[in-house]
Amino acid sequence: MTVQTHSNAAGDGGLRAWLTTETPLSRRQARLGRAYLGWLTFTRNKLAMIGLGIVLLLVVMAALAPWLAPYDPYTQDLSNRLMPPSAANWLGTDAFGRDILSRILYGSRLTLMIVALVAVTAPVAGLLIGTVAGYLGGWVDTVLMRVTDIFLAFPKLILALAFVSALGPGIENAIIAIAITSWPPYARIARAETITIRKSDFINAVRLQGASKVRIILGHVVPLCSSSLIVRVTLDMAGIILTAAGLGFLGLGAQPPAPEWGAMIATGRQYVLEQWWVATMPGIAIFVVSLGFNLLGDGLRDVLDPKG
Amino acid sequence: MTNEKPLLEVENLRISFPTRTGVTQAVRGVSFSVGREKLGIVGESGSGKSMTGRAILRLVPSPGVVTADKVSFQGEDLLTASEKRLRDIRGRRISMVMQDPKFSLNPVMTIGAQIAEAYRVHSSAGKAEARRRALEMLEAVRIRNPERVYGLYPHEVSGGMGQRIMIAMMLIPNPDLLIADEPTSALDVTVQMQVLAIMDELCSKRGMGMIFVSHDLNLVASFCDRILIMYAGRVVETCRASELHEAKHPYTRGLLDSLPRLDDTRPELPVLTRDPAWLEG
Amino acid sequence: MITVKDLRVTFGHGADAVAAVQGVSFEVKPGESFGLVGESGSGKSTVLRAVVGLNHDWTGTVQVDGKPQARQREKGFFKSCQMVFQDPYGSLHPRHTIDRILAEPIAIHRLGDADARIDRVLRDVGLGPQFRFRYPHQLSGGQRQRVAIARALVLEPRVLLLDEPTSALDVSVQAEILNLLKRLRAEHALTYVLVSHNLAVVATMCDRLAVMNRGRIVEELDVESLRRGAAREDYTKQLLRASQGYDRAAADSFRDFA
Repeated sequence: MTVQTHSNAAGDGGLRAWLTTETPLSRRQARLGRAYLGWLTFTRNKLAMIGLGIVLLLVVMAALAPWLAPYDPYTQDLSNRLMPPSAANWLGTDAFGRDILSRILYGSRLTLMIVALVAVTAPVAGLLIGTVAGYLGGWVDTVLMRVTDIFLAFPKLILALAFVSALGPGIENAIIAIAITSWPPYARIARAETITIRKSDFINAVRLQGASKVRIILGHVVPLCSSSLIVRVTLDMAGIILTAAGLGFLGLGAQPPAPEWGAMIATGRQYVLEQWWVATMPGIAIFVVSLGFNLLGDGLRDVLDPKG
Repeated sequence: MTNEKPLLEVENLRISFPTRTGVTQAVRGVSFSVGREKLGIVGESGSGKSMTGRAILRLVPSPGVVTADKVSFQGEDLLTASEKRLRDIRGRRISMVMQDPKFSLNPVMTIGAQIAEAYRVHSSAGKAEARRRALEMLEAVRIRNPERVYGLYPHEVSGGMGQRIMIAMMLIPNPDLLIADEPTSALDVTVQMQVLAIMDELCSKRGMGMIFVSHDLNLVASFCDRILIMYAGRVVETCRASELHEAKHPYTRGLLDSLPRLDDTRPELPVLTRDPAWLEG
Repeated sequence: MITVKDLRVTFGHGADAVAAVQGVSFEVKPGESFGLVGESGSGKSTVLRAVVGLNHDWTGTVQVDGKPQARQREKGFFKSCQMVFQDPYGSLHPRHTIDRILAEPIAIHRLGDADARIDRVLRDVGLGPQFRFRYPHQLSGGQRQRVAIARALVLEPRVLLLDEPTSALDVSVQAEILNLLKRLRAEHALTYVLVSHNLAVVATMCDRLAVMNRGRIVEELDVESLRRGAAREDYTKQLLRASQGYDRAAADSFRDFA
């Protein structure tokens, strides 16, 4: 029996060996090793890597917008309005003479903010509600599921409209509205998985050690539900972006002059026949980002939730 | 066993599965022949015994690759037979019974309909004739109320009865060879005996050959005529069932010794230690 | 050590009710190894689950270590009574390392000294420290079952309930696990209740046994009598004959004991 000795600074060969060793020496090493193997599986999928690239590009764009954008996104130049793509304005200018490329770059911040806030709130809420309902069963399950049903009954856009008209338009309220309508499917997924997991012997074993329900749900059930939830969230990102764009399109999300991509399409709508670039460029941006999330989600599913 | 030609001859059967990290050899050069007798193939998980049974009917799932010097059934080469010819052979000449009737019976068809269909696929009988034969078969497998069972669905019968129905379905076209892959492993021990008695009776009455694949060495030793013992894709021992206790290969001896027995008063069971040399047969 | 009196477990309600256990009573002395034998549907696993507290719908009396048990067990009970499950593939959490699996009961009962306890219990079941940070899917069936046994022993119980501990294992691994269980019982002075459908396993592991059929105990006998075939009841005799390998004449004589 050989004992693996690991040196942290032995270069790439050493680190790789450390991560892929058969006999890890600490929990951290085991967890990192497992993540590394998952990463290797992920990188084998070319499309998924493209998806990851697109998402990373979005993050970079959002972070470095002030340095990447050639012009200020809010400065109007009415003598230069509705100019086609040219050397001066790579993606043309809009109805107020603002550079479309710069507006798209700054708009990526809004898109990223929407995506991040929804991703952090809706699935977490859904996960907690679903696992609690699934594990405790009985009247808790019934009450929580009926609440879920009530929220599921609202079409996303209608509820968002109602919310926004109650609270007033603005991107924060739009995000809240989207999050509120997004969590029910996650609760359902989490509950279905919890019900299956609940019957397994490893849950029985930990019940037989006297574990409290909280410990079981948080330590044992949630880790098993989270993979399929992560995959589902990533695949839903495209829809969330589109809903935000839809709200922007209706004038209920980001308010002018914010360069939110949906709002840009809305204002560009009237020029779509002659000056097609005003609406099409932000449309392409939305399309590419949605595609990126879809590809990423598919790739994650193969790694986290393989069925076969 | 008489000196007539064997029903099935297999020579140097090899089955491999390509995986992401290389090629896994499930079966590595297995040869045997079966006449009108009961041949048992015994092994643990990973020994390749189930794959061997399935390879005969070319039922190895893809991406498995099957090669052999010879797989011939009553003189006919099964490896190069056309898919259409193989479909004729499956069921009509060689039948297969699998482990769990829960998974091998169609859950949305009545039992009678399934058995009748098995008959009509391999004959030109009409519906009434098929129904009659199906009821006959249900009686032959000692089901007490064949009329009633004919109309039931698979989930409405017990495991033992499901397996008997499976046998009825597989034997109704009157095949020459029956391959049974762990047919009684999912059953209680008394039901196991009853199902085996039925298989025994039907096979000897019809002069069928049988290949019985199992992990249960004692069961195979008491039920079959000859035994093959497989380990890591190879046959490590062949013997007559009655001579099992004089087995020579250390794996067989180790397995026999390590089995708990009713009349065994040893304080500790001897543990099988695997010799890497066994991988070379 | 264990007293069960008139245990009854019924699943379902009204017309769909199934009486899985109908008035079962037995006693297990401290340090004894008691077998519960039966075919599927006999209720043997249900009895075990009621005794260990996984099942809450039972009536009757269950006493463990002198203390009568209520339907909901209190935490202290689990320090004296633990269970090993049948399926090694399903009884370990797929996302936890072996270390985490063994540390959990220590954390729940705030026992402290986790490192030393985990190392000791792994050594006890014949697994070296190199297994400590592996995941269950990196272990073989026999190794997983050893981990399951180690997990049961971490709290130093006095009673171990074993639900078909070797049925899902390969034949060659079975002997190792049975030997391990025997050794542990001697070393730690444990009381065992072993559920199995395999008479040979029960004969190897137990001192006394009860034969169950359709929710009732048909007969209680000691292993010596079992070996001699000196059973009183026809059902037990039939079970014995069926366990001895295939015999056409015997099989033809089997009947249904409803």
